[in-house]
Amino acid sequence: MPMKIAEAASERHVLAVTVDNEPGILAKITGLFTARGYNIDSLTVADITEDHAVSRITIVTNGPPRVIDQIEAQLERLVPVHKVTDLTTAGPHVERELALIKVTGTGEKRVEALRLADIFRARPVDTTTGSFIFEITGPPEKVDSFIALMRELGLVEVGRTGIVGMMRGAQAV
Amino acid sequence: MEFPVPGQPDPAPPAANKSSAMSGAAILVQCLIEQGVEYVFGYPGGAVLPIYDELFGDERIRHILVRHEAGAAHAAEGYARSTGKPGVVLVTSGPGATNAITGIADAWMDSIPLVVITGQVPTALIGTDAFQEADTIGITRHCTKHNYLVKDPADLAATIKEAFLIATTGRPGPVVIDIPKNVQIAVPSERRGLVRAGAHRYAPQTVAPAEQIIEAVDWIATAQRPIFYTGGGIINAGPEASRLLRQLQDMSGAPVTSTLMGLGAFPSTHPDWLGMLGMHGTFEANMAMNQCDVMVCIGARFDDRVTGRLDAFSPDSKKIHIDIDRSSINKTVPVDMGIVGDCGTVLAQMIDAWGTRQARNLGEWKARIAGWRARECLAYPERSVKNPGMIMPQKAVERLHALTHQRNPIITTEVGQHQMWAAQYFGFEDPNKWLTSGGLGTMGYGLPAAIGAQLGHPDALVIDIAGEASIQMNIQELGTASQYRLPVKVFILNNEYMGMVRQWQELTYESRYSNSYSDSLPDFVKLAEAYGWKGIRITEERDLDDGIMRMLDHPGPVIVDCMVAQDANCLPMIPSGAAHTDMMLYGDKVDGTMDDEAKALV
Repeated sequence: MPMKIAEAASERHVLAVTVDNEPGILAKITGLFTARGYNIDSLTVADITEDHAVSRITIVTNGPPRVIDQIEAQLERLVPVHKVTDLTTAGPHVERELALIKVTGTGEKRVEALRLADIFRARPVDTTTGSFIFEITGPPEKVDSFIALMRELGLVEVGRTGIVGMMRGAQAV
Repeated sequence: MEFPVPGQPDPAPPAANKSSAMSGAAILVQCLIEQGVEYVFGYPGGAVLPIYDELFGDERIRHILVRHEAGAAHAAEGYARSTGKPGVVLVTSGPGATNAITGIADAWMDSIPLVVITGQVPTALIGTDAFQEADTIGITRHCTKHNYLVKDPADLAATIKEAFLIATTGRPGPVVIDIPKNVQIAVPSERRGLVRAGAHRYAPQTVAPAEQIIEAVDWIATAQRPIFYTGGGIINAGPEASRLLRQLQDMSGAPVTSTLMGLGAFPSTHPDWLGMLGMHGTFEANMAMNQCDVMVCIGARFDDRVTGRLDAFSPDSKKIHIDIDRSSINKTVPVDMGIVGDCGTVLAQMIDAWGTRQARNLGEWKARIAGWRARECLAYPERSVKNPGMIMPQKAVERLHALTHQRNPIITTEVGQHQMWAAQYFGFEDPNKWLTSGGLGTMGYGLPAAIGAQLGHPDALVIDIAGEASIQMNIQELGTASQYRLPVKVFILNNEYMGMVRQWQELTYESRYSNSYSDSLPDFVKLAEAYGWKGIRITEERDLDDGIMRMLDHPGPVIVDCMVAQDANCLPMIPSGAAHTDMMLYGDKVDGTMDDEAKALV
């Protein structure tokens, strides 16, 4: 019987990682994921302190629970990493993503696009007679649904930021 | 996200202030001295000339000129592993750095503290494909514990300080500092240097929570079939950790097995010593691992060479894993209790918690172990089938041990059959005496490692147990030993094959020996003489002891070319894809094939 490559079941996790904002840290983290065969579904990064010394990286990953635990441990092992928080296991949390969505069209389709945008609270941030750019913010599923609808109405371009997440309640990570 | 890091005020500026007029190269050398560095293993080149000029005539640091940068990294590993101090490497940009990578990766896999200084092209030329430019930071990112590109001499002092801290504390490992040539020449800029090593950034946990210790001790004390499974972490934790292991073993009476990297932490002459475990471990060690009820893994990492088939690995035991690296816990084998801490510290905590308890009677468990021991798994035939007149390699290692163990030698090895025979038949009594490339499995490690160990221990007997194939991978380092008059001994078990490859081909590919014959070998005796070494060839068993004695009696470096039986296999063996209980011993029938699932395992 010829050998086949096996795959394991996986679950989605959102990790918030605070790091020293130093050259190469992003490469260290993404490289760690590729080197050890972990997945990255989305990754966002920006510095978050007044002196620009600390960055927060939000990584959406998926894998079996033991792999997720390894990912956290391997991230914590990197010298510039301060803290890794698994928002998925830490409790209720908010996830938000911003997308810019360009739709072209005229007539009925254009009107319908604008009407749906209103329902989704997507804002037109650029308009020509033949196109809109909508800005939408929300949980990734909401963005997914909006993009799926726009696909039928002349979608030509999508830009998404990836997810940022935060714990609900007064406690900070 | 490649933002420049803004300079921050340094509350207590170290060397940087007084050295404000010093060049980057001078600051580097000053910092190395402050770190207590005795030896720098290196090779000069264009991008490190300013540093070499600083070293010129400096009596405080001794530079050991190797013959190839891989040799520098392995020599630094040998120095580090045998002394417990960090090894320091200095190489040039581009090929200098890439040649050192194997040694850096080796140190990463085996947790050896190295600080590797690499030259880099001037900052203005970085990214332009300049002469001898390589992206050293990019290339070494995943085989170092941390790495730095220093862009201002003002950052050098704090960076070097942090590099040594990171390399030597927590789980040790290699750290690379890449220094562009202009940064070596320039003086620090006006801005204050970086502050590094804040506690938020790097603070390994060394002490374990007390409640875990109490519970762990309780598990051990009430176990019917306990076992200590120890690894290189105990060696890395320092000689005191080995002493504490012996003390806790004495209190609990539990038998001890060890990984390849942990040999020497527990004395091989002790009645409760089971021998090494794993693929080429002893039958009794592997059976005891399989049958134990409480396993205490101390500073080991459940490597695939140790566990065999994972789903059959010690199925009925409660497992305690003590490791300073949290990511080692539950990586491949789920454990019941993961204790993050320094092996030595945790052992001391456990001894403390043990208090005045009496050890449980383990008579029944020891009797079962005695039964497994009776299999005499390390027995081997007196004569080879193919070469009945030739020395059996196991015999050669046994005689080497018998004739040298009173001198408490430091043994290094290359990688392959000879390495496993050395691990099996050379008994170790103390830590830091056994230097081998375990994780990466780097052929060519042994000779430079022996050179580093000899420098760290000028009066010790240092022997590289080698194979004729491996030794050729860093054979150029013979010249280094000659230059520094280092009396290292290289004992080659010459079976004219890459023996381990040949063995796997015999077991897996019906003895189709594809490219594993060592053709066109040099005359090692003449080669030794060409480098100013003594060369000895041993071909007959009756000359074995005499040859070894002549090697020991010669005050300088010696190569012994010991011709051994070509068809000897390294047994016992857990074939790939098999469980601890499925060991192959001498005399077992081999059908020479394997299914694809097993073949696919390394």
